[in-house]
Amino acid sequence: MAVKRIPDWADVVLVPLVSLILAFVISALVIVAIGEDPWAATQMMVSGALGSTYGWGYTLYYATNFMFTGLAVAVAFQAKLFNIGGEGQATLGGLGVALACLYLPWPHWSLALLGAALGAAAFGALWAAIPGYLQAKRGSHIVITTIMFNFIAAAVLNYVLVNQLRPQGSMDPASARFPEVTQLPRLHEILEVVGIPFSRSTPANISLLIALAACVAVWFLLWRTRLGYQIRAFGHSEAAAQYAGISPLRITIVVMLISGGLSGMMAINNVMGEAQRLVLNAVEGAGFIGIAVALMGRNHPFGVFLAALLFGFLYQGGAELALWTSIPRELIVVIQALVILFTGALDNMVRMGIAKVIGPAKQGGA
Amino acid sequence: MMDLASVIQILDSTLRLSTPLLLACLAGLFSERAGIFDIGLEGKMLAAAFFSAATAAITGSVWLGLGAGILASMALSLLHGVASITFRGNQLISGVAINFLAAGLTVLIAQDWFQQGGRTPALIGDGRFPRLDLPFAEALRDVPVIGPAYSVILSGHTILVYVALLCVPLTWYILYRTRFGLRLRAVGENPAAVDTAGVSVVRLRYAAVLICGVLCGIAGAYLATGLAAGFVKDMTAGRGYIALAALIFAKWRPWQALGAVLLFGLLEAIANRYQNIELAGLVLPVQFMQALPYILTVIILAGFVGKAVPPRAGGTAYVKER
Repeated sequence: MAVKRIPDWADVVLVPLVSLILAFVISALVIVAIGEDPWAATQMMVSGALGSTYGWGYTLYYATNFMFTGLAVAVAFQAKLFNIGGEGQATLGGLGVALACLYLPWPHWSLALLGAALGAAAFGALWAAIPGYLQAKRGSHIVITTIMFNFIAAAVLNYVLVNQLRPQGSMDPASARFPEVTQLPRLHEILEVVGIPFSRSTPANISLLIALAACVAVWFLLWRTRLGYQIRAFGHSEAAAQYAGISPLRITIVVMLISGGLSGMMAINNVMGEAQRLVLNAVEGAGFIGIAVALMGRNHPFGVFLAALLFGFLYQGGAELALWTSIPRELIVVIQALVILFTGALDNMVRMGIAKVIGPAKQGGA
Repeated sequence: MMDLASVIQILDSTLRLSTPLLLACLAGLFSERAGIFDIGLEGKMLAAAFFSAATAAITGSVWLGLGAGILASMALSLLHGVASITFRGNQLISGVAINFLAAGLTVLIAQDWFQQGGRTPALIGDGRFPRLDLPFAEALRDVPVIGPAYSVILSGHTILVYVALLCVPLTWYILYRTRFGLRLRAVGENPAAVDTAGVSVVRLRYAAVLICGVLCGIAGAYLATGLAAGFVKDMTAGRGYIALAALIFAKWRPWQALGAVLLFGLLEAIANRYQNIELAGLVLPVQFMQALPYILTVIILAGFVGKAVPPRAGGTAYVKER
């Protein structure tokens, strides 16, 4: 069964779109199977996530998380490295934020943000660079090591919270509350400046703008710099890249540093922007959703941006659904799984189906 | 500090905790020896745990539960096979998807069927596997050393524990003493050679993936109907990944797999029993014990203690030449 080439535009637009539709159709069947009305569920999700500035606030808050983790997976994917360690990297990023916010005296939130972002990126980058080094230097499979590092990160955080950061007398495995000055401006405060009224009770904050800037920066890095070219060349053919004088060790570690740094940066949104203290499992699976976001967005920053918005919508819509119906939040996990399955593993099936309908690409055209 | 009684108790729970790891590890062994990476062990176990507990709860028969668990796990195996063998998709991504699919669907269906917040009702009576007493366990109880070793540690487990232990020599025999096993190993190393010999690569790989499904199914059923009394959300708790770690530790060999899972089971048993362990003046926190299997695996993977070389054709789809 040969996989026919299809035109580029179809590969970029049609394949993810058809995959998404397949994922939604099957999700709808699942909803029918558990005796609920998929149409009503969709309406409830749309109004819950997009029908008010409150819904929008949460949608954008989640989307911010997913932009960071999605970019992280996408950058690694460009170098053909499958980084499943976003969860652990973001966990340690949270530790970086907490240490920066708790132990350094910041005069203003903007400087605190800068310091915390650096801490988050450094911790996340370090946590990703070790598996990168081990793969490049010692040949250990990065997928397995990043999975192992997720578990080790969870244990590290558990230890630090229980034994080091927990305030005296507190039973809760969580850090103390961060100082008031480190509280980031929320979206309603930013929008107030330009006269747009926005819900005050959502956690969306200035990190959203940083996530958007990260999307642009990653695009610039990948398509406008020498390093980006090397990363993509390496991903295309390791042998050819090596022949061209690109060091696999260097590229692997650099890519993992960038990828882990982006995952870690997520913590400025959830730990600094929202919770204002470090708790166990602050990441809540966003590291894994990054995989779906990157696959859906075809490893392109703009695609990641769109996919992160979509998953932010699904997350907030799913929360509303769980609140008002008997459909549990886990519906989003199923949708996420189907998106990963169709876009990442059954992509050839989708491609072959499309080739049958629109015909294969002309020779040399693709 | 530790006395003999607690040592025996720890060894007893080691065997109980190692069983699901052993079954999942052997499952991964069949799949990966045939060249199909499988990080979906976790998801298959989880699906099997739910469907076995749900079926046992509804029918009152733990054997029907076991059957349902195996079927559920095999269905996911088939999905993995379709994605990675037929459509030559990315095996790692397919595995990730299967883990999420199982995590989401089990809670979704559990909520719909039982309305108990994503769990099944507690299993009672014939809904669980009974503990079996091995012959002469009572009579030998008071014999020093052999007595407790036999009557407490080895005896008194559910039948699936013994099934799992028997699977070790069985796997060894299948892999190294049968034609099927020879072909299975060959297809993971050099599928082109197997193809040239006129044996279907696709069929062999599907067979391996389905055997993997059966073993993961038993592992999941053991978790929900032997070790625990019912299904709770995410009850596999990373065991599929530990099994994967054990597989690397064992360098994809059955007897070594037994050794690796016993080691990991022992670590889990110790971590469950003690909060912190004092070792020669150094206090090991419980979190360190919990992370130890993963740390050891990274060390093994890095080749600091012998090199773990996976099957050569692992992770890549076979494209027949034309």
